[in-house]
Amino acid sequence: MFYREAGQFQTNYVSDAAIFPLREDRIGLGAIILGAYCLAFLGNDFLLQAVLIPFLVFSLAAIGLNILTGYTGLLSLGTGAFMGVGAYACYKLTTLFPGVNIVVWILASGFFSAAVGVLFGLPSLRIKGFYLAVATLAAQFFLQWCFIRIPWLVNYNVSGAIETPLRTLFGIPIVGATATPQARYLVVLTIVVALTWFASNLVHGRIGRTWIAVRDMDLAAELMGIRLLQTKLLAFAVSSFYCGVAGALLVFLWYGSAENDVFDINQSFFILFMVIIGGLGSLIGSFFGAALIYIIPIALSFGLPLILSPFGISIGADTIEHLRFMIVGGLIIFFLIVEPHGLARLWQIAKQKLRVWPYPY
Amino acid sequence: MAVQVEEKLNAFRLKKLLCGAILSLPLLSSAPSAAEEQIYVPYFTYRTGPFSAQGSYVADGLRDYMEMLNERDGGIGGVKILVDECETAYDTKKGIECYEAVKGKQPVVISPWTTGTALAIVPRAAVDKIPVLSMAHGLSASADGNVFPWIFNPPNTYWDGLAMIIRYIGDQEGGLESLKGKRIGYLYLDGGFGKEPIPLLEELSKSIGFDLKQYPVAPQEMQNQAAQWLGIRRDRPDYIVLFGWGAMNPTALKEASRAGFPADKIVSIWWPSEDDARSVGEAGKGFKVLNWHGVGSDFPAIQDIDRLLVETGKSNATKEKLGAVLYNRGVYNSVLVAESIRNAQQLTGKKVISPEDMRRGIETLNITAERWKEIGLEGFAGPIQLSCSDHNGHRSAFIQQWDGEKWVRSSDDIEPMPDLVMPLISAAAKEYAERNTGWPQRTEPCDNP
Repeated sequence: MFYREAGQFQTNYVSDAAIFPLREDRIGLGAIILGAYCLAFLGNDFLLQAVLIPFLVFSLAAIGLNILTGYTGLLSLGTGAFMGVGAYACYKLTTLFPGVNIVVWILASGFFSAAVGVLFGLPSLRIKGFYLAVATLAAQFFLQWCFIRIPWLVNYNVSGAIETPLRTLFGIPIVGATATPQARYLVVLTIVVALTWFASNLVHGRIGRTWIAVRDMDLAAELMGIRLLQTKLLAFAVSSFYCGVAGALLVFLWYGSAENDVFDINQSFFILFMVIIGGLGSLIGSFFGAALIYIIPIALSFGLPLILSPFGISIGADTIEHLRFMIVGGLIIFFLIVEPHGLARLWQIAKQKLRVWPYPY
Repeated sequence: MAVQVEEKLNAFRLKKLLCGAILSLPLLSSAPSAAEEQIYVPYFTYRTGPFSAQGSYVADGLRDYMEMLNERDGGIGGVKILVDECETAYDTKKGIECYEAVKGKQPVVISPWTTGTALAIVPRAAVDKIPVLSMAHGLSASADGNVFPWIFNPPNTYWDGLAMIIRYIGDQEGGLESLKGKRIGYLYLDGGFGKEPIPLLEELSKSIGFDLKQYPVAPQEMQNQAAQWLGIRRDRPDYIVLFGWGAMNPTALKEASRAGFPADKIVSIWWPSEDDARSVGEAGKGFKVLNWHGVGSDFPAIQDIDRLLVETGKSNATKEKLGAVLYNRGVYNSVLVAESIRNAQQLTGKKVISPEDMRRGIETLNITAERWKEIGLEGFAGPIQLSCSDHNGHRSAFIQQWDGEKWVRSSDDIEPMPDLVMPLISAAAKEYAERNTGWPQRTEPCDNP
């Protein structure tokens, strides 16, 4: 009724190829972005600092991995390490050149991560699937070894951790202890929205089509004239860029300090789960996946005591933690049984149903 | 006429009062903690995750002492303590989530219990004005109260611990000078916690003249130390200093017996528990560990916990767990918190104290031997006194040895080497403040210079 395309005609190729051809979609997206910015002023510190900022950071990392695994079909287990490269690069850059604005360095650190990603992406021409996963696993272990063993990376800090100094944007602190959650959130949101917009244009354009062609059948793609090495390396570069920026955001705008174990293999799996649950080859799926894996456990730890206390059941913090694992695990299995293509596919089906409602055919 | 005006005015005042009362109702109901007069003490615990075997002992000790005070004395100074646990699973991510979750509820003190979380919240604590008690862990440099007015890490730092271990090894060999030419191995968890003492160790190796060999163990490789022990077999160190946590400690003991390295030549920092030593059987006999408080349940206060909580089923702990080394460490942490609350109440004359009052309370903390006796823990630990500049105390510790069944105290009190450690701490604190540009100067007034 409200969501239908009747009366909206495409009269030229540009509008036909638009990412959001429906007016309702464009309005909806605008409303979501506007709402996200409004949350900065409506939400409390906990919502911003412990829920939304991590959610956006993980979404960005999931987009990065999705470009590689979902769009190009190259399985990677090195996401955590590539995030680490971004974080350590940003730390070195901002301590070496404190005069340059931190936002510039956060984005620039992505290029360091991209370069490292390309290096470890080189085997992808010869191997794929599980073999490539093992090659990226090597990246994970090698890079984490570097984070521990090269004291230059942490400016010879005794505890081996990176600590974020005070940095401002337009005179307002955005990095460091005095930065308010509002300021941090606005910066993270803006960067994530801008990079998502960029990724969206990338995957819907010529480059994205070559990636998808390589994913679906690399031999056929090669016969069509797509050069495999360049395409795959570009996917590695763009993917690592996104992961690197996410890593820099994680340390500088969320944690405030980090040890090397933040970027361990678990972090890589965490992001991989988000991509699989959210939906391979879908940008919105990256957000869904991050929400399910990161926000649902937090919601449960608040929700479970509220649900159980009217029945006179009080449960300890550790029981909640176990229940969190069980419920999230159960949900993951449930969603994958109901829809193996992830939450993004469910979302797509729901939209399709709405378009033909109330006359399904 | 005047009477009428007066009446009207009174009616107006009454209306105003009523309106005000109605308007403020929702405000009152939204702040029940103020009405019930409670002091909010959150503990970050890990009963799940890779370190849960140690974490649940600590968590039980932390909670039980406070709940015992609630049951026995009705809280502290007539105010009940609202003890709250937040599960971190030893994960920095969840630790920060916990910090954000409790921040708004006026917590008087936060005990992070993981080095990663401690590092992350150290800069925030000064901004949010919440004291952090990272007892004998976290940033060693935060012992300098002039730079870190909100952070406390009594009763000793990792640097103190290492100095005491080296001093003990020296005593075994007949004085520090006799260590010249000896070989000491350093087996450590390759993270912030294990790396922290390295600068001091290197300095000591140079000044005393012993040969230092380092064996780092990556956190994900805690249970696989074959490579490190291959190196130990080759280098044949005279002693091994162990800085481990979790599964790393029993693995080290097992590997030591396989390599034929005597357990009584391994001296560890204070984290190994009964379970770590017990699980390796005979091989653990003779293992030496630094400790600063009593083991066992023969203290009146711990008997009270047994009587009031364990026997009535109000505690998570069982009778056997009571008095275990990590359980008692949790109790020690809670004693520090409880005594600081009492101190802050006396200092300010308030019943329900604020985080700022608590900061002053910890800063002027002074638990004498008599006070230990009063609270039912005579001989449990040495007296401790903090001040504005010294947030640590740098207390002595002793060596306890595993006899195959239990920990037995096997040395006198060993003093740390303050002349060596203090300059390192002030240098590290200065460096920290410089590295974190915009680090605030201390503006907090001082009660106990």
